[in-house]
Amino acid sequence: MEMPTPDPAILAKKSAVVARLMSVLPKDAVIHEEAGTRAYECDALTAYKCPPMVAVLPSTTEEVVAVLKICNEMGVPVVPRGSGTSLAGGALPTADSVILGVARLNDVLETDYQNRIIRVQSGRTNLSVTGAVEEDGFFYAPDPSSQLACAIAGNIAMNSGGAHCLKYGVTTNNLLGVTLVTMDGQVMEIGGAHLDAAGYDLLGLVCGSEGQLGVVTEATLRILPKPEGARPVLIGFDDNETAGACVADIIKAGVLPVAIEFMDRLCIETTEKFANAGYPDCNALLIVEVEGSEAEIDEQLGVILQIARRYDPVELRESKSAEESAKIWLGRKSAFGAVGQINDYMCLDGTIPVSSLPYVLRRIGEMSKEFGLEVGNVFHAGDGNMHPLILFDANKPGDLEICEAFGAEILKLCVEVGGCLTGEHGVGIEKRDLMTTQFTPEDLELQMQVKDVFDPAWLLNPAKVFPLEASASRRTLAA
Amino acid sequence: MQARPAHIRNPVKIRGAEKEQAAVLTPETEIELAEMLSAASAPLRVQGGGTRPIGRPVVGEVLSMADMRGIELYEPGALTIVVKAGTPLADVEAALAAENQRLPFEPMDHRSLMGTDGVPTIGGVVAANVSGPRRIQAGACRDSLIGVRFVDGRGRIMKNGGRVMKNVTGYDLVKLMAGSYGTLGVLSELSFKVLPGVAATACVLLRGLDDETAVAAMAAALGSPFEVSGAAHTPNGLDGDPVTMLRVEGFEASVAYRAGRLQALLAPFGQAEIETGLAADGGVSGTDTGWKWVRDVDGFKGKDGDVWRISVKPTDAPELVAKLDARDVLYDWGGGLVWALVPGGTDLRAKLADFAGHATLIRASEDTRARLPVFHPEAAPIAALSAELRKQFDPKGILNPGLMGGEV
Ligand SMILES: Cc1cc2nc3c(=O)[nH]c(=O)nc-3n(C[C@H](O)[C@H](O)[C@H](O)COP(=O)(O)OP(=O)(O)OC[C@H]3O[C@@H](n4cnc5c(N)ncnc54)[C@H](O)[C@@H]3O)c2cc1C
Repeated sequence: MEMPTPDPAILAKKSAVVARLMSVLPKDAVIHEEAGTRAYECDALTAYKCPPMVAVLPSTTEEVVAVLKICNEMGVPVVPRGSGTSLAGGALPTADSVILGVARLNDVLETDYQNRIIRVQSGRTNLSVTGAVEEDGFFYAPDPSSQLACAIAGNIAMNSGGAHCLKYGVTTNNLLGVTLVTMDGQVMEIGGAHLDAAGYDLLGLVCGSEGQLGVVTEATLRILPKPEGARPVLIGFDDNETAGACVADIIKAGVLPVAIEFMDRLCIETTEKFANAGYPDCNALLIVEVEGSEAEIDEQLGVILQIARRYDPVELRESKSAEESAKIWLGRKSAFGAVGQINDYMCLDGTIPVSSLPYVLRRIGEMSKEFGLEVGNVFHAGDGNMHPLILFDANKPGDLEICEAFGAEILKLCVEVGGCLTGEHGVGIEKRDLMTTQFTPEDLELQMQVKDVFDPAWLLNPAKVFPLEASASRRTLAA
Repeated sequence: MQARPAHIRNPVKIRGAEKEQAAVLTPETEIELAEMLSAASAPLRVQGGGTRPIGRPVVGEVLSMADMRGIELYEPGALTIVVKAGTPLADVEAALAAENQRLPFEPMDHRSLMGTDGVPTIGGVVAANVSGPRRIQAGACRDSLIGVRFVDGRGRIMKNGGRVMKNVTGYDLVKLMAGSYGTLGVLSELSFKVLPGVAATACVLLRGLDDETAVAAMAAALGSPFEVSGAAHTPNGLDGDPVTMLRVEGFEASVAYRAGRLQALLAPFGQAEIETGLAADGGVSGTDTGWKWVRDVDGFKGKDGDVWRISVKPTDAPELVAKLDARDVLYDWGGGLVWALVPGGTDLRAKLADFAGHATLIRASEDTRARLPVFHPEAAPIAALSAELRKQFDPKGILNPGLMGGEV
C-alpha cells in the first residue's frame, strides 16, 4: 500500500505549526518530538507505520476547534484518531500530518434512563459506555471485539459492528446525535435525543465516513435495557455447506438470535489447543445465542435445535448454565488470539449474501492452495460478514505481498457474489485501491463530491478510502 | 399498434398548482430515467404513487416512477429483498407475507390522513423515510434500507450500499437518500433487510392516564427487558377517553409471558388490560387494527386542520403539547413522535418556541406550505451544508426544487 509523499513545504513549517498549536493547547497536549510521535505511527494494521509531524490531544470541543482552524489556515492535513485499533489503517498518519487524538475527551455528559440515551465525549471507550449504565440494567449494544480499547469516535467513524449486531444493529442504528467540528472549525449539532433527522440524514452520512468529513467530539447514543438472560448452543457439522444451510433455515424460522457465529476446522483446532474450550472434532461449528427469560430461551433454543437436528449434526451442545455458556463462547472469543499465537495473520472483513456462504468458503479453500497460504474462517454467519484469517510469515520476504494479493482476491470474490469489501472494519488504506471493483468511477466521484462539501481543501484524513489516483487532483488543492 | 414514445403517458390528475400538467415522464428503465434527467433543464416533480404530497409545493413537470416496478431479487433465507422503486408497497408486502416475512419498520399509509388516493410505492416510502410504531424497536426505514440505486440530477446512474446486511464500504449515501424526498436523486432500486413474520401479538392497555403519566408509563415499559415494539398514547381514544397502548410480539408463549410481566410492572399506573392476537387465526386481530389506527393516525380522519409531526425527546413531549392548543394529538414512539392537529394556517413552531427536536408540517393548504417552512429550519452551518449537497447532487436544480426548503 502506497502513501502520498509528504509535502516538503508543510514539513518546512513544522516549528511554526507547533508554536501555533502550543498557543491554544496545554503544553503536554502537543507532542512533536520523535520519541513522542512514534506512539502514533500506526493503528492495528501494524504492517504500515509512519510517525506524524505532530500529535495533539485536545480535552474540549473548543480546543478541537482551535486546532482545526490552525491546521486549516496553514494547510496541514489532520488525521483524527480514537484509540488506534483500526484494522484498515484508518488512523495511519503521513509524515506531514497532525494526529488529532480524542483520548482525553472521555467524560460521560448525561445519562437519561427515561429516554434511554447516554451522551458521551467521543474518546470514551466502547466498553466503558456500557460500564456507565450497566449497574442500572442498561447496555450499549454495538460490541466490537476490541471494545475494551476502541473509542466511540472510532466506532462512529467506521460504523463498527460486533457479535450482537444481528439483533441490535451496528453503530449507525444506535447513534442518535453527534457534535461535529468541520475542518474550518465550525461546530455542528447533528441529531440529538430525538429520533430521525429534520432534513437530510447527515448523521447517517457522518457515521462511517472514516474521519474524512469532520471530527466528532460528542455523541448521543441509544442505550437498551439488558435482556433477562442469554444462552448459546453449539452445533458441529461435517462440512461448511451443511452449516451454511442450517444458518439460512434458522433465520427463516422466525427466531431472531442475537448472534450466529461460525468457525471452520482450522480455527476450531487452533483455538482448541490454545483455549481448551472442549470443542468437538468437526469441520464446521456454529454458536447460536438467544435472549429472554428462561422459558423464552428454552422455546427459541427448541426451535433452533429442531432445525439443527434435520442436518444431522455431529454435535449438539445446549448450555444449561452460565459456566457452560462461557465455555461455549471461550473458543470463539479467543479465536483471533489463538491464531495469532501460531502465526502472523491478516484479518479480512468482506460481507457476502448468506446464500453464497458454501460457494465462497469452497473458493477460498481452492485459492488457499493456489496461493500456498493457509486460511482460517471465523465469522458472523447470520449477516454474512466473513473474517477469513490468512496465515503468513512476516519474516519471510515476499510473504506479506502474497498474503495481500490473496486477500484482495477474496475480497473481489465477495463483491462478485453480490457482497462488499468491508462489513465493519472500514476501507482506510487497506481496501482503498480495491474500491474500483465495487464502485464505478461515477459512484466514487459522487462520494468525493460529498467530501468536497464538508472539507473543500481535502485536509481531513485525505489519503484514505478513495484510490489515490482518483483523489489526487483534490488532495493537491491545498498545496 | 404504434407505440407511444416511452415517456409520454396518460396525464394523471393532480390537485392544486400543477393542475395544468399534461405530459408525464414515465421512465420504464433506469437508462431511460438517466436519459431523461441528463436532458432535463426545467424543474421536475418526482412522484411514486403521489399518495404522500409532503413538502413545499413544487411547480414542474411530473416524473412518475410508477412504471418502474418489480421485485428483482428475494432471498428469504438471507432476509433480503431488492425491488424497483415504483413497485407498489402492497406488492412488496404481499411477496414478503407469502414467506412469512415483513418489512421491519411498519410503514404508514398516508392516504387517509392526506386525503389522497393512488398506489403507495416503495420508492415513496424510502424518499420520505416512512416508519410506523415499530420504529422504536426495529429502527426507521433508513435502518432497514441496505442499498440504493438512483439517478442524480446530472443523469448519472449511482449505486451505494448493496444487498448485504453489513457494509461499510465508502460513504453511507443509503442513509442520505432515505428521507431526501427526491431532491438529491431519483431512486430506481432499493434493497432491504427484512424480518420474520410475527406469530403472536399482545397489546397491554392502560386507560385514563394524563399525557405526562402516560409518557412515564411508556418509559417504564420501554426501559424493561420485555421488548416492547409499540408504545403509543392518545388522549382521545375510540370512546373519547385516554388510552395508552404497549405492544409485544413474538412466539405465543413468550408474548403471553412478556405481556403479563408488563402488566405487573405497570401496576403503579393502573390495572392494565391485555388483548392478544394470533397470526394463525388468519384475520386481522383487534390489536392489529389498533396499531394500524396509530400507524396511519386514523384518529385525525375527517377532522379539519393542519397536521404537524413533532420529533422530540419523549419526556419533553407533554409540556410541548400543552403549549399547542391542539384539536387532537397522538403520541407514538413512547412520546418521541407527536402528531398534532391544529387550526389551518397555525405556525406551530412559533408556539413551541425553541425546543430540542423538530417539527414537520405534513398536511396543510398549498398556501400554508408555501408560507411556512414544511421542514424544520436548520442551524445556519447545517443549512449551508444541505444546500451545498443539493448543488453537488443536482446542479441544474431540477429535482423537486425547493421541496425541502432552500432556494429554488
Ligand atoms: C483485536 C481487534 C478486534 C476488532 N474487532 C472488531 C469488531 O468486532 N467489529 C468491528 O467493527 N471492528 C473491530 N475491530 C476494528 C476497530 O476496533 C474498530 O474499527 C474501531 O471502531 C476503531 O476505533 P478506534 O477508537 O480505535 O479508532 P482509530 O483506529 O483510532 O480510528 C479509526 C478511524 O476513525 C477515525 N476517527 C477517530 N476518531 C475520530 C473522531 N473523533 N472524529 C472523526 N473520525 C475519527 C480515524 O481517522 C480512523 O479513520 C477490531 C480491532 C482489533 C484490533
